[in-house]
Amino acid sequence: MNKLVMIVGGSTLVYAGLAFMMGVLPGIELSRVPAGAGVEPLTALEAQGREVYVANGCGYCHTQQVRPLDEDRVFGRPSAASDFTYQTPELLGSERTGPDLTNIGTRQPSSVWQYIHLYEPRAVVPESIMPSFSWLFEVVDHAPAGMTAVPLPSAFAPTRGVVVPTHEAEALIAYLAALKQPAWSGSGGEGGAAGTTTAAPGSSSRPSAGAAAGAAAGGYDAAKGASLYTSNCSACHQANGEGLAGAFPPLKGNDVVNDGDATEHIHVVLRGLQATRVGGVVYGGVMPSFAARLSDADVAAIIDYERSSWGNHGTSIIAGQVAAERAKPR
Amino acid sequence: MQMEVKEDRALISVFCAYTVCATLWLLFATGVGILMAFKFGAPEFGSGAWLTFGRLRPIHTNATFYGFASIALVGLGYYVAARSSGARLYSAGLAWIGLALFNVAALAGTIALDLGYNDGDLEYREWPWQIRLIFLAALMVTGCNLIATVARRASKDIYLANWYILGGTLWTCIIAVVAIVPQYQYGLGQVAVSGFYMHNAVGMWFTPLALGVIYYTLPKLLNRPIYSYALGVFAFWTNLLFYPIIGAHHFEFSPLPWWLQTVAIVFSVAMLVPVWGGSSNFLLTMRGRTRDLIHSYPLMFIFVGVMSYLIGSTQGTLEAFRSLQQVWHLTNFTVGHSHLTMYGIIAFAIWGGIYGLLPLATGKRASTLGMALHFWMALVGCFIYVTSLSIGGTIQGLDWMHGLPFIQSVIDMQSYYVWRGVGGLLMFLSHIVFAWNVWRMCYGTEAVTLPLQALRADEAAA
Repeated sequence: MNKLVMIVGGSTLVYAGLAFMMGVLPGIELSRVPAGAGVEPLTALEAQGREVYVANGCGYCHTQQVRPLDEDRVFGRPSAASDFTYQTPELLGSERTGPDLTNIGTRQPSSVWQYIHLYEPRAVVPESIMPSFSWLFEVVDHAPAGMTAVPLPSAFAPTRGVVVPTHEAEALIAYLAALKQPAWSGSGGEGGAAGTTTAAPGSSSRPSAGAAAGAAAGGYDAAKGASLYTSNCSACHQANGEGLAGAFPPLKGNDVVNDGDATEHIHVVLRGLQATRVGGVVYGGVMPSFAARLSDADVAAIIDYERSSWGNHGTSIIAGQVAAERAKPR
Repeated sequence: MQMEVKEDRALISVFCAYTVCATLWLLFATGVGILMAFKFGAPEFGSGAWLTFGRLRPIHTNATFYGFASIALVGLGYYVAARSSGARLYSAGLAWIGLALFNVAALAGTIALDLGYNDGDLEYREWPWQIRLIFLAALMVTGCNLIATVARRASKDIYLANWYILGGTLWTCIIAVVAIVPQYQYGLGQVAVSGFYMHNAVGMWFTPLALGVIYYTLPKLLNRPIYSYALGVFAFWTNLLFYPIIGAHHFEFSPLPWWLQTVAIVFSVAMLVPVWGGSSNFLLTMRGRTRDLIHSYPLMFIFVGVMSYLIGSTQGTLEAFRSLQQVWHLTNFTVGHSHLTMYGIIAFAIWGGIYGLLPLATGKRASTLGMALHFWMALVGCFIYVTSLSIGGTIQGLDWMHGLPFIQSVIDMQSYYVWRGVGGLLMFLSHIVFAWNVWRMCYGTEAVTLPLQALRADEAAA
């Protein structure tokens, strides 16, 4: 009997000690990390949305942790311990079958896009393998008062009636909109400050050899422009530049994109846009500001790509023009 | 082992019942897995709340872990504990209660997850805590029953297999409690507990029990003692000391304290000691008996289990290095690794144990063709599965490092997702054959009085 007590009891005691040391103690310590500046609890609706997110296992394909690695810069600044104070259950995740969502409220502020994408991801991202969450929506004859129908492309819309979100979908989208990283309290803040010429913290690709200087030489890096466009713009404006009817304006044949004076074009990319009229159609969505996320060279590459694609014939620009526009007071 | 108790009928029916239940859970869990693999290519397939990917994913993992592997290993554990102690099972009643609790927990957990009730997307502890309490109760019943059985042993010594089986069961009770208590699980604190839990629930539960089963079955089938008892004891204690410390390597580059991550990496390297110690002990036990090996499917299953233990765990150590985590973290490489280990080590050890021991218990055996079909489809399927996800995951990671648009990594995975489905389908088909084999071993008609001699006859004929 003694040997049994020694093996079973002894090993279990050792294990209990290690479990306390490696599981419980770090848990106690880290549960106390205070919230960072700007880290706020969710509102009631956003909290409900988080419950929808958890119940349907969104966290199995989408992480919510930005690592201090170059490759994670597209998703925001590195996550800090003080970002997680109000996040229980934790949603850091272990797989990125889809993109990280830590800062999705900033990266994609358009709820119109989020609704279309949630209803049918392939309506806005043809290559997406995310499930359709059409079961979080209802098909009704007419949108009830105070509610707008989801402006689905006709290929994905129901043959009769219009699509409106359920309360669960509204809560979920409210939660996604709330996923915004507060700026670092310590460092110099986001790159929107006047006079920023170096690559902003969220620059989406490391500067390739000579890209910073080379952009000024007139010819632009078409592959880089296309890649940056895919990363930052095509979710709404689509790969063919035609946008989505009724939801996102086209860039193909767009007056601003084809204007000989690129000032307005640069301004829109840097500062974003809210409610605009293109080709006689009013678009109510929100376009995010890219000032903090893209360097001057990146913005120039995107703009040059847009001005030379899909039959557009706008004049090309150089990074210096972006810097000049960035330096203007807002 | 001379003093084997003949005809412990209660033990035999317990062993059969656990194996049958585990087999049904295996079919269910891997059927769900196939459906999920299909969804990667056809995301519209099976739309709706109950079949959405995010609800099926934890159903697949939990049913595999707590339905299939746990129930199968406890059934084997009872048999090994009783036979290696030369004692009768302490209480068949407790074993039946335990089996009922395991099944109730797995069933309730599955239903809860499918209805959208969970305790968070926290890997392997998604079940609502009330259901996890049922599982904990099952573990405690099992632990008591196992201890009491080994306490009845005729000899003074406790055979090594029982160290692992008893230890694993009791440690897992602690893991379950640590995972449930909420007071230290807020925000980042819960992340630390998740790191601890998701690793320990695998490596301090399934691995020790699977190793325990191998420590009994391998010498039994080969009819020779384990190569080194001392090495087994050494591996036992080093595994106990090193393994609980490495959980944080699942959160490298996360906001968890950097030192915690570094400690986890250091001890991930230390894990080479028990892993290489344990697997070389098994391989040296097999030395010079290659012919026996290739003519006995139970031994072949165990051999694959041992090789997967060696390869998969060594891979785990390498993966922990920051330079490699930078490529592989958050990619499908991790999914490949978890299947190499859970499937390659645990499932193959379970099957080796069942094919080796269940005929000894019931006196009925599965056909060689049945075992061959199971073995080869499972092995080839797992190989395709792990290889495709390892290559695809590496490409995914490199895509990200090269700053390509995220959607490119989704597009680049497509063909590897297809191959994963092909591998998964083979694995699933092999489980259907396994179910047939289990039926034959429990309720079949092909009686053999001395299975070991039958094994020899097979060899002589070949």
